[in-house]
Amino acid sequence: MGLTFSEKVLSRKAGRIVGAGEVITAVPDRYLSHDNSSAIIGEFKKLGLARVAAPQKIVIVLDHIVPAADEKYARNHKTIREFVAEQGIPNFFDIENGVCHQVFSEASFALPGTVIMGSDSHTTTYGAFGAFAAGIGRTEMASIWATDEIWLRVPETLRIELHGAFAPGVSAKDAILKIIGDNGADRANYEAVEFAGPAAGGFSLASRMVLCNMAAEMGAKNGYFAPDAKTLEWLKTRARGPYEVLVSDPDARYEAVLTYDLSALEPQIACPHTVDNVKPVSAVAGKVFHQALIGTCTNGRLEDLEAAARILAGRKVHPGVRALILPASREVYLEAVEKGLIATFLKAGCVLLNPGCGPCLGAHEGLLAPGEVVVGTSNRNFRGRMGARDSEIYLASPATVAASAVEGRIADPRAYA
Amino acid sequence: MSQGRVWKYGDNINTDVIYSGKYTYQQLKPEEMAAKALEDLDPSFAKNVKPGDVIVAGKNFGCGSSREQAAACLRAAGVRAVVAKSFSRIYFRNAINLGLAVLQSLDAPDALQIGDPIEIDFPNGRILSGERTFAFFPLPEAVLGIVEAGGLLEWTKKKLDARR
Repeated sequence: MGLTFSEKVLSRKAGRIVGAGEVITAVPDRYLSHDNSSAIIGEFKKLGLARVAAPQKIVIVLDHIVPAADEKYARNHKTIREFVAEQGIPNFFDIENGVCHQVFSEASFALPGTVIMGSDSHTTTYGAFGAFAAGIGRTEMASIWATDEIWLRVPETLRIELHGAFAPGVSAKDAILKIIGDNGADRANYEAVEFAGPAAGGFSLASRMVLCNMAAEMGAKNGYFAPDAKTLEWLKTRARGPYEVLVSDPDARYEAVLTYDLSALEPQIACPHTVDNVKPVSAVAGKVFHQALIGTCTNGRLEDLEAAARILAGRKVHPGVRALILPASREVYLEAVEKGLIATFLKAGCVLLNPGCGPCLGAHEGLLAPGEVVVGTSNRNFRGRMGARDSEIYLASPATVAASAVEGRIADPRAYA
Repeated sequence: MSQGRVWKYGDNINTDVIYSGKYTYQQLKPEEMAAKALEDLDPSFAKNVKPGDVIVAGKNFGCGSSREQAAACLRAAGVRAVVAKSFSRIYFRNAINLGLAVLQSLDAPDALQIGDPIEIDFPNGRILSGERTFAFFPLPEAVLGIVEAGGLLEWTKKKLDARR
């Protein structure tokens, strides 16, 4: 019997062949944390150690509330900077860089066949590069800083085979929303989700990141695309250190295999207040809303901004809508500047936010008043997440959000394709 | 065993409504965290919860963010246990690591109603409510050591001591 990718990578870590359901102790290759590093530092100090076990493995990106929105956040950032200096942590990315998942990927810590632990639930994103990457909590991260170890249960794998090509105006976000809507927010709880099939290779790395990022919204422990020529091309100039491409064996055992025909897909939207409350955009078209958000770690890369700019070019954001643009990183922002996309957004009447998490998690930069509605490209629409308890969040693709921003009502982007 | 009352909620209770993102990156004291618990789900909870009370919910409790205050705030509020049909992966780990009892039961969540008396008989793996008893699944072996040590930090200290 062959092994899945996850069984294979965790077998390497265990030093023996392990299958789904077994528990191993693993030494991770990298560990990511962000603004929550100050809380991790607090837990780490309770362990009574002077030094972290492996400073070179720690990657810290300040992104959640950057620049600091008030004095409390400023104190947190200061605590982190001081700890980084004291411990000699080489890979620290201060507030100018962007969302951790984009920055971590651009800096190419996301390497095939490596094991990455992140104190953020969307750590699953790095599966787009063929890594095994899972989210954990703060105390768990403090324990890893101290021991360079974590216990992991080897997950079963749900394989999702993608066939066909997207129709114009339909993209990766629509695919993952459809998958989550059909299968539910807990379908992949404790499982690995492997995206495969003939269409998988056609996905850009940015689009693979969309699917792996949102695999977390179906409960997945990790997401995965098998590395291919696109992955290796990306790594050629960026890879930090050695890596090994690991793929599932042809006779690997899957918990289930789901099949999706992308060519039949129409634009999708997740309605309040759960990510699996998904409908075709056509079913809610015409709904009036107040704020648009294009960007985030889910859809803030160049191809996303391009899709939005194509629709916004030569048009104006509807006067009833505030349109926020949130590039995922400084690198993306700069590319968007050089390609003229930012000028397009400004001419259309958009507000440019600095790369980071922005309003997605509800701490600053564009929160909602009671009764307001946001249509955004982010990954969560839980009640109250972006402001008032009785505000509403809809999640869709960059094209859908851009088309909606122009019309002032939720709109199907295929009219603009 | 201390008796409490049931607080009952549905499926997919996410960590944003258990502990809002606007507090997640502020470092609050346990009693301050307890006062924010379930703010966007049930504003009456924090004011009325009593030590020994139990949260009963459907499937996928704690889905969403990895913020562990979503476990810590319930513990700080005196919640004796969360009984659910299933837990999201990260929430389950966080709860075990912080010493919040998370008990998986397939029948108790449907049978129990808000306000029902409830107590947890840990040694015998039973949930008691008046005349009714329900079983909960034993914890996976991998986490027993953490529970016995009193949480992940204590477990990690032991591990570090053993290395010395």
